[in-house]
Amino acid sequence: MLAALRTVVAERRWLPLIGPLLLLGLWQLMISAHWVKPVLLPPPGETLGHLWGTLVSGAIWPDLQSTVWRTLASFAIAVVVGVPLGVALGSAEGAYRSVEFLIDFFRSTPSSALIPLFLLIFGITDINKIAIASFGAALIVLFNSAYGVMNAKKTRVMAAQIMGVSRWHVFKDVLLMESLAQTFVGLRSAVSMALVIVIVAEMFIGSETGLGHRIIDSQQVFNVKDMYASILVTGALGYVLNLAFLLAEKRLIHWSGKA
Amino acid sequence: MNCLLIPAPEAPHTVLTLPPAPRTHVTVRGLSKAFAGSPLYRDFNLDLPRGQIVSIFGPNGCGKSTLMNMIAGLIPPDAGEILFDGKTLRETRIGYVFQNYRDALFPWLTAWENVAYPLRRSGMKPAAVQAKVEQLKALFEIRFDLSRYPYELSGGQQQTVCIMRALATEPEVLFLDEPFSALDFEMTLFIRAKLQEAHLATGVTMVIVSHDLEDAVFLADRILLLTRRPTRIAEILPFDLPRPRSPEVMSDPEFVRVKARTLEVFRREVAA
Repeated sequence: MLAALRTVVAERRWLPLIGPLLLLGLWQLMISAHWVKPVLLPPPGETLGHLWGTLVSGAIWPDLQSTVWRTLASFAIAVVVGVPLGVALGSAEGAYRSVEFLIDFFRSTPSSALIPLFLLIFGITDINKIAIASFGAALIVLFNSAYGVMNAKKTRVMAAQIMGVSRWHVFKDVLLMESLAQTFVGLRSAVSMALVIVIVAEMFIGSETGLGHRIIDSQQVFNVKDMYASILVTGALGYVLNLAFLLAEKRLIHWSGKA
Repeated sequence: MNCLLIPAPEAPHTVLTLPPAPRTHVTVRGLSKAFAGSPLYRDFNLDLPRGQIVSIFGPNGCGKSTLMNMIAGLIPPDAGEILFDGKTLRETRIGYVFQNYRDALFPWLTAWENVAYPLRRSGMKPAAVQAKVEQLKALFEIRFDLSRYPYELSGGQQQTVCIMRALATEPEVLFLDEPFSALDFEMTLFIRAKLQEAHLATGVTMVIVSHDLEDAVFLADRILLLTRRPTRIAEILPFDLPRPRSPEVMSDPEFVRVKARTLEVFRREVAA
């Protein structure tokens, strides 16, 4: 009985692997059954082998490095601008309401639509890519921080006020802490958004490096194996970034969703 | 000449026109509050006796909590004065226990840090903070781990932490807004006992808003019964059984009598 239970628990641990294995199987099936030409879709084994090769030879590292650098730089700017501004706007609800339309409008505008505009301002530079990615990410950080402050539990604020705590400490100890859970949701979406924009910018704003550049370059020269390998690396990067933020959130905002 | 003039409409009371009764702690004079144009309180006057527990009880919507929250400074009154021993609220230390303990505690601090928070913010030295929290821990006979976070504690434990936090600064008046309504019966009995012990140990003046008749009577020295809106005092009933009152008090003839009388006034006011 106990042994059977243990097997089930052990099996449960491997459940998340089933999806990826099914996908690889389907991928192989499409090629074996000649549904797609191998010239458009190389077999999974070969693609993963190529991926491994580029990782080991270090061929993909410079591109991975510059994409990570651009994404993190954009994200850092977004945080430095977005969090203080969002917290400030959130604590003066009138101020937030007066710019709410602008924030919502630009948040709803796909940032890629603004690439030509940013090209006019910044030219074909690294700064351009970082500028547009940080713009898109900052808006997400900003409105999440603002809502975090605005939706702070009134009871907690009152509890601190009744203790005779100063306004500054009510703000620092309660409003700011209350906003952290929502701010972290914003940070996590913002880093994903920054990655998306950086990849797009690397594809279409003249670029010498970056995973976006590598993907479009290998597509142009019909190096499909390298294209798929680069896509997989980009996906893994996005996944790792998201996971890192989830783990950080769980550690730092331990009360999130529990109180 | 004055006698020839038409008398002016009666002005609201102040502490000068209506002095507080002896041994009064909190004096409310000429209190007015309207919501959306309809008056809730008009020239409302009340004396809360020092060192006693007063329960506020009345029909739905009569503004039990509003009255307490105006006294505690959470809701601004439209007019009137509220004095604590002649001092303003700003000059007075008060404590407040909320109905919803989950929303009142700071979940980013441990239970211990929650209790210590108002002390630290008042500039108390770490050693003194430590001593004060230990003292409260002993008073409440805390057996659970205060180094845990509020969300790791049961409802009753969380409410206990709330009461400890409210008492930490040694307030002159402790306000409790339906402190039992989110607790099961076992926890209600426990908190009732702890509140009585705290009251005996500190002599703090307490104001409790309750929507449960039994709770309202059990802890009270005075039961303040309110009318329907515009709200006035229907009656103030004394309940003088000695403390600490054990749960057996609930079958004591005096408790039964006061409870019946409270119910009678309550039903009269609901029907009015």
